[in-house]
Amino acid sequence: MYRALFPRDLFSELDRLQRELQQSVDFSPSIRGLPRGGFPAMNIGHTPKSVEIYVFAPGIDPAAIDVQIEKSVLTVAGERKDDLPAKEEKAAVHIDERFAGRFRRVVTLPDDVDPSAVNARYRDGVLHISISRREAAQPRRISIK
Amino acid sequence: MSEKTAVTKESETARNTAALMPPVDVFEDAAGITLYADMPGVPKDKLSLQVEDDTLTIEGEIALDLPADMEASHREVSLPSYRRVFTLSRELDKEKVAAEFNQGVLKLRIPKAAHAQPRKIEVKVA
Repeated sequence: MYRALFPRDLFSELDRLQRELQQSVDFSPSIRGLPRGGFPAMNIGHTPKSVEIYVFAPGIDPAAIDVQIEKSVLTVAGERKDDLPAKEEKAAVHIDERFAGRFRRVVTLPDDVDPSAVNARYRDGVLHISISRREAAQPRRISIK
Repeated sequence: MSEKTAVTKESETARNTAALMPPVDVFEDAAGITLYADMPGVPKDKLSLQVEDDTLTIEGEIALDLPADMEASHREVSLPSYRRVFTLSRELDKEKVAAEFNQGVLKLRIPKAAHAQPRKIEVKVA
């Protein structure tokens, strides 16, 4: 059992369990898997023209995030500083839940993405990567003569 | 009777609006308590902090710029809001809570009330 990054109340946990059971029936997982509960959390979606990736990595200098695409494999890596006080300081740590240290997440992209048309923005602690898909993969209306 | 209905209604709405629990760091020094909370995706104007009696409530709504025709294929952040409630202890000064919110990280500083700060007691000679 993984530890959810953002745990919720019991009712939504049951809801999630049901959804996951459903997914495991009709969803063949990727060979790289989709690790859950790791930092940073990721949401992935797609439109006919692009693949949209949202990386929830709060409190990181955007310049220190390394985003790479190599042969339709996207890697997001970086490091997050610890905000806890140094050991020498006279402070008691009561709760320590936030992630600190180096992180790396890898996502397999669809084959039709164009690695040269990538747009990445960092706002409110979320890195939004938008990757265009090649023309050929976009749905086209074929006119009948 | 009417009070009881009000309480039931409140707990129902709390359950209906299920929210994510943001991870926090809390540490304490002689002068007060510092709290950090991760709430990525929340713009400054959608963050709400409330101190009522002895309860501190942190809430935030996620606002991402999603393309209108986007279909989600994988979701780890599956609810649009965060909420977490803490009970404050008596010696904390609720009037002087200072908050900073930067790139999805909330930093709260709650100082201890003047009477609760460590102080030296002078011994008078009679």
